[in-house]
Amino acid sequence: MEHPGRHLSEEKWGEKVLKEKYGKEIEEILSRYPVKRSALIPLLYLAQREHGYVTEAAMTEIAGLLKLTPPQVYETATFYTMLNLKKVGTHHIQVCKSLMCALVGSDTVIGWIKTKLGIAPGETTADGLFTLTAVECLAACGTAPMMQINDDYYERLTEEKVDKILADLRTNGTSPLKSGPYMWPESAKPGA
Amino acid sequence: MPKHELVLLKNMMQPGYTGSLADYEKTGGYQAMRNTLGKIAPTDVTTTVMKSGLRGRGGAGFPTGVKWGFLPKDYQGPRYLCCNADESEPGTFKDRQLMERDPHQLLEGIVLACYAIGAQSAYIYIRGEMVLGSKILERAIGEARAAGYIGKNILGTGITVDVWVHRGAGAYICGEETALLESLEGKRGLPRVKPPFPATHGLYNKPTVVNNVETLANLPHILSRGPEWFASIGSPPKSTGTRVFCVSGHVKRPGNYELPMGVTIRELVFEHAGGMRSDKPLKAFIPGGASAPFLTPDHLDVKLDFESVAAAGSMLGSGGVTVMEEGTSMVWAALRLMEFFYHESCGKCSPCREGSSWLVQTMRRIMAKRGQMQDLETLTDLCKNIAGRTVCAFGDAEVSPIMSTLKHWRHEYVTLIHEAEAANLIRPESVETRH
Repeated sequence: MEHPGRHLSEEKWGEKVLKEKYGKEIEEILSRYPVKRSALIPLLYLAQREHGYVTEAAMTEIAGLLKLTPPQVYETATFYTMLNLKKVGTHHIQVCKSLMCALVGSDTVIGWIKTKLGIAPGETTADGLFTLTAVECLAACGTAPMMQINDDYYERLTEEKVDKILADLRTNGTSPLKSGPYMWPESAKPGA
Repeated sequence: MPKHELVLLKNMMQPGYTGSLADYEKTGGYQAMRNTLGKIAPTDVTTTVMKSGLRGRGGAGFPTGVKWGFLPKDYQGPRYLCCNADESEPGTFKDRQLMERDPHQLLEGIVLACYAIGAQSAYIYIRGEMVLGSKILERAIGEARAAGYIGKNILGTGITVDVWVHRGAGAYICGEETALLESLEGKRGLPRVKPPFPATHGLYNKPTVVNNVETLANLPHILSRGPEWFASIGSPPKSTGTRVFCVSGHVKRPGNYELPMGVTIRELVFEHAGGMRSDKPLKAFIPGGASAPFLTPDHLDVKLDFESVAAAGSMLGSGGVTVMEEGTSMVWAALRLMEFFYHESCGKCSPCREGSSWLVQTMRRIMAKRGQMQDLETLTDLCKNIAGRTVCAFGDAEVSPIMSTLKHWRHEYVTLIHEAEAANLIRPESVETRH
């Protein structure tokens, strides 16, 4: 299944915004490591936060900051699925399709979202609000089926819950149904 | 009340426990550190951990104290501790709970490990998707630093340990220790050829120890209650302590259950996890994460310790137990896991890179009822040519779902192929060919 953010954008090279805008944060990140290159993934995340995805311009700028060549940055960026090299929707819905989630209905969840949003995994809605991706295990097998939307986990999904989450995101940009910290098994709630 | 004493999950099971520094201190947190740093020699800490019998909780089960002992004694330069928090093994979700619910327990373990191995820097390599976990850890590190538990001159002992959180970016292979180090160095997470081992040539080519979250979280308890106490739990002498077992799949109450090693799968599934979700009987289970071969109901009384599970033909691995009920297609289950491994192969080694693609295509063909009997030989042949022929253990892991389902449920593959053959017989073109 194609990941929506895995192909390079058409952005031009040469833009320098990260250093000016996040100079202090970049210094703090660099201070954590004795070798500059270790800051590469954190800086790519910074670029992704700024633009919504990692642009070629940002990769070139990061290469300069870390004294690397642009291909060195590119070869790392292309390895990791969380670094989007192309724009994704405002809300990136990533549904776990691994065996543990599939045993308890993740395929139904994906099917339900496809129906509700009219997009297949790898696609973005016309309004740019939602991108759907089917991903592999997200370490929430005990509360399956689950999905991650941007930074947040949503667990023990049902069709009703998915409907509510999508409606919340449309109207408020966030949903109170996001979970965490780690959800307890039904029988193991402290004090229960 | 649970009939077994909880160790790692004990604090967080208390009503109102938030995992804050104040909460952790109230439960006796950081006392082990106070009683150890500068008071017990680092080599004695290592000896204590060796005596406890603690083995790595990440999957391989290597004795922790022994691993620490491999670091060169006379090396004067920097050493590093890397906490492997890249929990990505399908079926496994214990480290996430340990980090999100009781972060200071892990931090105390990290400082104790750093003290034992003489490291001044520790990196928690947490899987990128766990944004919440990384925020919780960063907040906890801030609290611990302000209280003098982390940083320069910890508790006035002259000992320095700094801890940083480093988020991965979505790659299962980075849970392999050398791939983790490559990733932490800002590169593609490709496993390194071993030897040399991280103990001598690790992060930045310096002596390094990589330990799993659950392993490190055990340290404060071992040091405060003694190695004999720890060694008395579980299945001594080789599988000591408790284990946080992750139960998922067709059970009534999936979740994490901390139990002494050696508990049977029957007890774990039917007493703790509430038994089967429906009235259908258990058909299959995986005892140690996606890399562990499938087992059958005949193995329900196998003890969940390193040796017993290995003797039954599987492995305890990460402690992730996935349960499947009667009616689940084993070919489908193996295919789902195979798709995971195909997606996550890093591509460094040809047998794994090419083989995973070939395996998944063959499996998809069989599942779609377009298979032939010859495909079963192809699968077996491919598996034999992948396992043991790659730089890391990923190759062995990716063949285990297919090999074990072929071993126990070969008839399901055969049925699908027979159905494919039957369907082919009535194809018009097949009829024409015969005439």
